[in-house]
Amino acid sequence: MKVLVPVKRVVDYNVKVRVKSDSTGVDIANVKMSMNPFDEIAVEEAVRLKEKGVVTEVIAVSCDVQQCQETLRTAMAIGADRAILVQTDEELQPLAVAKLLKALVDKEQPGLVILGKQAIDDDANQTGQMLAALADLPQATFANKVEVADGKATVTREVDGGLEAVSITLPAVVTTDLRLNEPRYVTLPNIMKAKKKQLDTVTPADLGVDVAPRLKTWRVSEPPKRGAGVKVPDVAALVDKLRNEAKVI
Amino acid sequence: MTALVIAEHDNASLKAATLNTVTAAAACGADVHVLVAGENAGAAAQAAAQIAGVAKVPHADGASLKDGLAENLAAQVLALAGNYSHILFPATASGKNAAPRVAAKLDVVQISDITRVVSPDTFERPIYAGNAIATVQSLDAVKVVTVRGTGFDAAAAAGGSAAVETVAAVADSGKSSFVGRELSKSDRPELTAAKIIVSGGRALGSSEKFQEVLTPLADKLGAAIGASRAAVDAGYAANDLQVGQTGKIVAPQLYIACGISGAIQHLAGMKDSKVIVAINKDEEAPIFSVADYGLVADLFVAVPELVKAL
Repeated sequence: MKVLVPVKRVVDYNVKVRVKSDSTGVDIANVKMSMNPFDEIAVEEAVRLKEKGVVTEVIAVSCDVQQCQETLRTAMAIGADRAILVQTDEELQPLAVAKLLKALVDKEQPGLVILGKQAIDDDANQTGQMLAALADLPQATFANKVEVADGKATVTREVDGGLEAVSITLPAVVTTDLRLNEPRYVTLPNIMKAKKKQLDTVTPADLGVDVAPRLKTWRVSEPPKRGAGVKVPDVAALVDKLRNEAKVI
Repeated sequence: MTALVIAEHDNASLKAATLNTVTAAAACGADVHVLVAGENAGAAAQAAAQIAGVAKVPHADGASLKDGLAENLAAQVLALAGNYSHILFPATASGKNAAPRVAAKLDVVQISDITRVVSPDTFERPIYAGNAIATVQSLDAVKVVTVRGTGFDAAAAAGGSAAVETVAAVADSGKSSFVGRELSKSDRPELTAAKIIVSGGRALGSSEKFQEVLTPLADKLGAAIGASRAAVDAGYAANDLQVGQTGKIVAPQLYIACGISGAIQHLAGMKDSKVIVAINKDEEAPIFSVADYGLVADLFVAVPELVKAL
């Protein structure tokens, strides 16, 4: 069984982005870019399934600019076998990415697609579910634990009140939550090995997908600033402030 | 224009997030219908009909809808979608699960986590963990939206008298099934609806200490308990207590952060709280940059003292 793992190149989670002064977006020139942390968990899960013998091939996919090759090399350093870059300089929105992935699912026929539940840049939390709908596949989002056996996956999901488990018939789409696993550190030998692995490049046109944006961003602004308040010397002063100044207790 | 709000419920009762979503739907300038899809969910449908400003409650009842499986819930919404200009889900685990399926099948974009309705097709939503606010316009005919509860007031739960209209429940997709559920049992208020939240970080050191130190304070204040990602990852608190960018987004009247350093991902989940208190022994901790009242102290001393002083 093949697993397809879509990964996104995003601003590193340690970077605090700044809004551009002309309000057209956030300034991502010269900031550190990394693989979306949820996608890293997805790659790790796929590789672990391969190590368990459940999966035969792990294919990493990314849809974006040429620099995504680095992100795909990282996925292959974690253990993905090969990679596909759907290269474009156009802005890709989740629906367009889901359509590109649907085209690759049709081509590669994976038993599972594992991807992050959301990207930490646009915080959309859509792509996996959209792909599942377009490909008519069942889904298990926000996965905390994945077990694959007998053509099914039993997935424990993180939901608002705690945990819930669903059983889905493969092929299926799984999106990862934080507690699914802790991705391994990539080692230098594996980085070297990854450089030799196969990386194919296609374009949205090759896949016959129209990726024109359908959500127009009018402006991007700073959120209202919350100033620092005061330091209180002790618990008594804190209680006094909460009772008499803020009046919240 | 008519908007369809997908109710969040457990068949017996409506969840509060439904009320905030109704407010967002009304702000789109549309008549508001509330879909209750469940099994034996008559009580939830009746509750939805009481919400002020709701014109109609389509009620689909069947075994396929019992456990809120995304495949079936999305199919149920799609069965009705032709009548609506807007389809709004609460941005809860359940809403986020199903909404993108609906949008993709309609071939329209989804606008996630809106915090403001600018006009019927234009919305504000936070991006980059809330470090920027994007104003976005959907160019599609149908607007599929998830609504961040903290961005909208709750509609009044009483005062409405909408008609409940039975609609046929969709068939089961046959591709997914519900296995089981382990919900945290708690008499405390729900995290996203609580007026006061006491939240703990990695500094608590263990799950025993997390309970031992924070529970008395939460009890005293009638507060919900939250946690930072670090505390959840370390196993000190359950995953459903995580406050932050990818966990729960909260905006209580009072948020007391105990031993939380204040990573941007955590601040994204709580910085809209009315009053923020930070107790941390590291006076350089970033949490102090958003706290109204900061107390530089050892939480193991300060929190019990605070319990006594209240």
